[in-house]
Amino acid sequence: MRPLTLGRLFLRCGILAAVLFVVVVIALKLGAVQVSLYGLGRDLIRVLLHRSAGISTDYGMIIVDIRLPRILLAVIVGAALSVAGTSFQALLRNPLADPYVLGISGGASVGAVLALILENQLSISPQFAGLVTPLFAFVGAGITIAGVYVLGRREGQIDSTTLLLGGVITASFLQAIIMFLMSTSAGGNLRGASYWMMGSLSSLPPRNLLYLVGVGSLIAAGAIYTTSSDLNLLLAGEKEAMHLGVDVPRVRIVVYVAASLLTGFAVSVSGTIGYVGLLVPHAMRMIFGSDHRMLLPASAFGGAIALVVADTIARTIVAPSELQVGAVTAIVGAPFFIYLLRKRLA
Amino acid sequence: MSSPLRSPMPNSASDQPRGNPDIRLSVEQASYAYSANPSQAPLFTLEAMSFQAKAGEIVAILGPNASGKSTLLRLISGALEPLSGRVFLNGFPTHALEPKVRAQRIAMVQQESKLLFPSRVWEFVLQGRHAHGRGVRFESEDDLTVAKNALAQVGALHLIDRWMDKISGGEKQRVILARALAQQPLLLLLDEPTLHLDIGAQVDLLESLRRLAAENRYTVVVVTHELNLTGEFADQVVLLQKGKCLRVGPPASVFQRDLLEHVFQAPLTVEMTSSGRPRVTLFNK
Repeated sequence: MRPLTLGRLFLRCGILAAVLFVVVVIALKLGAVQVSLYGLGRDLIRVLLHRSAGISTDYGMIIVDIRLPRILLAVIVGAALSVAGTSFQALLRNPLADPYVLGISGGASVGAVLALILENQLSISPQFAGLVTPLFAFVGAGITIAGVYVLGRREGQIDSTTLLLGGVITASFLQAIIMFLMSTSAGGNLRGASYWMMGSLSSLPPRNLLYLVGVGSLIAAGAIYTTSSDLNLLLAGEKEAMHLGVDVPRVRIVVYVAASLLTGFAVSVSGTIGYVGLLVPHAMRMIFGSDHRMLLPASAFGGAIALVVADTIARTIVAPSELQVGAVTAIVGAPFFIYLLRKRLA
Repeated sequence: MSSPLRSPMPNSASDQPRGNPDIRLSVEQASYAYSANPSQAPLFTLEAMSFQAKAGEIVAILGPNASGKSTLLRLISGALEPLSGRVFLNGFPTHALEPKVRAQRIAMVQQESKLLFPSRVWEFVLQGRHAHGRGVRFESEDDLTVAKNALAQVGALHLIDRWMDKISGGEKQRVILARALAQQPLLLLLDEPTLHLDIGAQVDLLESLRRLAAENRYTVVVVTHELNLTGEFADQVVLLQKGKCLRVGPPASVFQRDLLEHVFQAPLTVEMTSSGRPRVTLFNK
């Protein structure tokens, strides 16, 4: 008998934070331009002290203006997608749930593309436009998850096979919608169709959008964390959770809205990066168990670590060219999905 | 076998808003109806029925399949709101209680549910403490003691560090019961707890229920279609057929040959044992 204590939670999170730090430092060092650890440390301290002007060297600019923001983006998106995946798995009582597989990211993409088209048509001020994209992505994610939930119900219960099939079909339908929108409204800043289908961290979002997504994700993840004890009981089924004292409708709405927000935020700044929300929660469950009080923060750190690693691979493996990060996660994630599916059927 | 305590309590000095303070559970003309949509005739109706139970008493809801046993149990648990009438626990309507408060007073042992991810026995039993904390909580020493005591009470303390999916059906049923005990409820509800158990484990479970009801002063309501176990262990029987309550009373008065043959559609005999409990024998048609 070894129940989770606050001390053990902090210790484990500390270890994960240290691993994340090391991964970030390595990711900063790797790339077309070689950087010394000393140079890296000196420049980072200058940034922290708001003395960026003192950085005169070319590689300093590369680190501070190009690699660091990109890595920060990977940290935010990876954490958001993993926490969203963990939440959807608990909410839908399906260990194979993932924002990408269920088409939720696709729904967010459609929302984001629509926002960008609208922005071009109505010439909204860029300051305001930055906020419209994540909002539409959130609405797109929310509508999709509601739709997939309805599709996955049979005789009042969620049927996990029907749910997954419904999700996969929805995802492919939404990809077609994106293709349609792309080809009918050319020009503007729609980015490429492949961005919305495979995801990428190569184009940095405007600073105000990045802040919004960072702070918003933190709030949404915090809201989900307040339900972490309830989610543990929800895994046993809604009826059982209710008899154990869980306010099931309240937990469902909090997690549903917050996880849709996380997906919408992530997609609006990185397109649809798949399988992070599937792979990371499972890996963390193997290490730390399925207690959501530990699993949710572990997934956040684990997702950040995984996406920084994946993106570093994506930008270095075929240098000087670059792979899309969604391709890297799919190459690892899709076989893992098959493995989980086989294991469940066995 | 010990009989449940039924010492009369003084009628004065009661904090209960209504009724006889000796009565813990009171079902008053409660009815329910399921329908596909509100404009259509109901698919199933549970007709209004009444009965009462004291602390320490075991009530069996007995009936064939589709007689409304589980619906009645869900009405009692407060998960369903009665269409008419009410269900009171210590004078409070059960369906109006907040989820957390309800879980502190009513524990439900349901037919076995599938676990999504593996968990240890102690983790599972600690789930019963959820209703006694707030927000994101970490278990206190108190919670651990209650959980251990609950496991000890059902004779399953040795299973504490085992995985839930690596123990036998009978052991699992006892652990599920321990989780309900960890809720420290006033009312313990069980939906066909003996369904997947062999006869030895069934008797074990019901004997522990009788002991627990007496020791902890629980009111126990158990749904079953096991005639002889009901006759042996229940203080009161609520006999249901097709949504109608045919009779309420002690086993000796409910277990009458004509009545049971009519309800269960099978030829049978009823004899009284030396302990004054009825015993039923079924024949081939």
